[in-house]
Amino acid sequence: MIRSAKGSAVSRPRKGLTLTALAAAALLALAACSGGGAPPSQPEGQQGGGGGDSGYTIAMVTHEAPGDTFWDKIRAGAEQAAKDTGAELKYSANPQVGEQATLIQNAIDSKVDAIATTLYSDALAGSVKNAQAAKIPVVGFNTGISVYQDMGALMYFGSDEDLAGQTAGKRISDAGAKHALCVIQEEGSLALEARCAGVKKSLANTENIQVNGRDVSAVTSSLQAKLSQDKSIDYIVTLGAPIALAALQSIDQSGSAAKLVTFDLNTDAAQAIKDGKIEFSIDQQPYVQGYMAVTSLYLYLKNGNDIGGGKAVLTGPSFVDKSNIDVILPFAQNNTR
Amino acid sequence: MSQTVKTPPTPAPSEASNRVSLGLSNRLLARPEIGALVAAIVIFIFFLIVAPAFRSPGSFATVLYQASTIGIVAVAVGLLMVGGEFDLSAGVLATSAGLFNAMFCYQLGLNLWVGAVLSLIFALAVGFFNGYMVVRTGIPSFLITLGTFFILQGANLGLTKLITGAVSTPNINRMDGYSSLKAIFSSAWEVGGIRLEITVLWWIIFVILAAWILQRTKIGNWIFAVGGNADSARAVGVPVRKVKIGLFMTVAFMAWFVGMHLLYKFDTLQAGLGVGNEFLYIIAAVVGGTLLTGGFGNAIGVALGAFIFGMTNLCIVYAGWDPNWFRAFLGVMLLLAVMVNMYIKKLSTTRKVG
Repeated sequence: MIRSAKGSAVSRPRKGLTLTALAAAALLALAACSGGGAPPSQPEGQQGGGGGDSGYTIAMVTHEAPGDTFWDKIRAGAEQAAKDTGAELKYSANPQVGEQATLIQNAIDSKVDAIATTLYSDALAGSVKNAQAAKIPVVGFNTGISVYQDMGALMYFGSDEDLAGQTAGKRISDAGAKHALCVIQEEGSLALEARCAGVKKSLANTENIQVNGRDVSAVTSSLQAKLSQDKSIDYIVTLGAPIALAALQSIDQSGSAAKLVTFDLNTDAAQAIKDGKIEFSIDQQPYVQGYMAVTSLYLYLKNGNDIGGGKAVLTGPSFVDKSNIDVILPFAQNNTR
Repeated sequence: MSQTVKTPPTPAPSEASNRVSLGLSNRLLARPEIGALVAAIVIFIFFLIVAPAFRSPGSFATVLYQASTIGIVAVAVGLLMVGGEFDLSAGVLATSAGLFNAMFCYQLGLNLWVGAVLSLIFALAVGFFNGYMVVRTGIPSFLITLGTFFILQGANLGLTKLITGAVSTPNINRMDGYSSLKAIFSSAWEVGGIRLEITVLWWIIFVILAAWILQRTKIGNWIFAVGGNADSARAVGVPVRKVKIGLFMTVAFMAWFVGMHLLYKFDTLQAGLGVGNEFLYIIAAVVGGTLLTGGFGNAIGVALGAFIFGMTNLCIVYAGWDPNWFRAFLGVMLLLAVMVNMYIKKLSTTRKVG
């Protein structure tokens, strides 16, 4: 026993050394340039310089789930707007409504000039009231179209989820859809439920399925299971671009003939629309939501402006399909659409 | 082993045959995976009855795929738990490994193999860090790996955003080395109209390997000894530190493997993926009969645990039950599995006493 252990201890480093050398040699051989990688970097000259230094501090508070490509665009829009108006943006987010309320309170306590927030739940009403009491203007965006006025927000920028769902439902129904599957990737999300409910209003034979959006392989296998359980499904409606890409694999692997439409966009989904794999996307233009929320506050502070004529400003639904994808694809690749 | 001790040398003839058969069933029942096996069969039959769509080989293959993506990491987590430790960082480490490979190669325009190898080294380093911190500081692994979990989760997001300007990696399917790596980590075959994913094959290989190591080798004995009682293990000359660090690194290796699979299956990864999976691995191990306190469990059991989880997960869909109740169904089925498991184990112990 002891002897064998010693023996291996002596021989092992030598073997390890040879292996390391081999591996290093292999890596060097492979380290030649590969195609398909990042394009050579371009000078960042085109980012707008903007309106100098207005000196306003604007807080943006959202219910972003970390790592979602969608929220990334809202934030990109808000940051660009802050740059353009010369304001300072303080972004914070938490998917739990109680925490989000605390974040709004933080913004009030740090005496920001204005607050833009997603009105995810009535539970935020108290925080918005506190902001009003502190004479800090609040605008809502993305979520809360039906409640923003009651809660005391001045303006609203976002998509009407119900309307978006209905429009999508009508469009696939006109294209001959008989039985649609609406894929919900977050449990208990009002916005996602509203979209599916909207689809169902236009196409009565729509059913929902819950998937775990945090695990793409689980999404594909759940959808694969559903497609083989019910062969009559001829349209799949996904509510986020990454989920759409997972659904494409499920359709492929289950040999289903179902067609795919999705909400929202990212680079790969835009490419899939161009390639004809996704029929169309219902875009709510998150970049615009972030951009307008900040810009409207700037105008309000600077000039007392009110946008929307007392009504919500709709940033969607805007359709992206084969007819306009060539225009939009570069923007999607640029992370602004 | 216990059976040979128990068999009395000269009993009455009728009693003898009786006892021998009892001994055999005892030996069977004493194995950690038997409860999970019975539970898996019970749930399997249950879903065959209630879910007509499950009754096809294609559906079974999908279930196996789902089980394999959990099971590959779970088998290592099972070994680690037998060795008396936890790892909460495995789920996000898989994402980290994939992100590392994709971004490193894409930004530098390198062959994907370079990134895959470096990503493996990175993952093993994380595993080593976990293990080293645990054996060095004596802080419970639950806390150490919780720290790693948060660090990786934040770094995944922060670095991805910093490097790519977005929260998901760019598409890598036009880069050199893609097709060979995809063949290894994410290919699939059509066998008689059934689509079999390569991860299922890898899963089976890993499980057999783990089972062999655990049951038939010295290292396996060490793992049991370390998990049962680390101090007495050390006293009899088991290299406790090396075993524990090795176990953490094994988990890291499997996490890397799954990370590679995700990357080469989907060509792009979102930085927020993988959160929550660490519990699925532990669930699979526990449903498969691994003790939370260490020192008891086996690889086949963990594989069955992953299979039960994957099957339940998908069969709720196959059965067409109301999706709003999905989690509730899942909870009931898992409780059922654990209770069957417990019942079988109790059966075996009471018989042994009698």
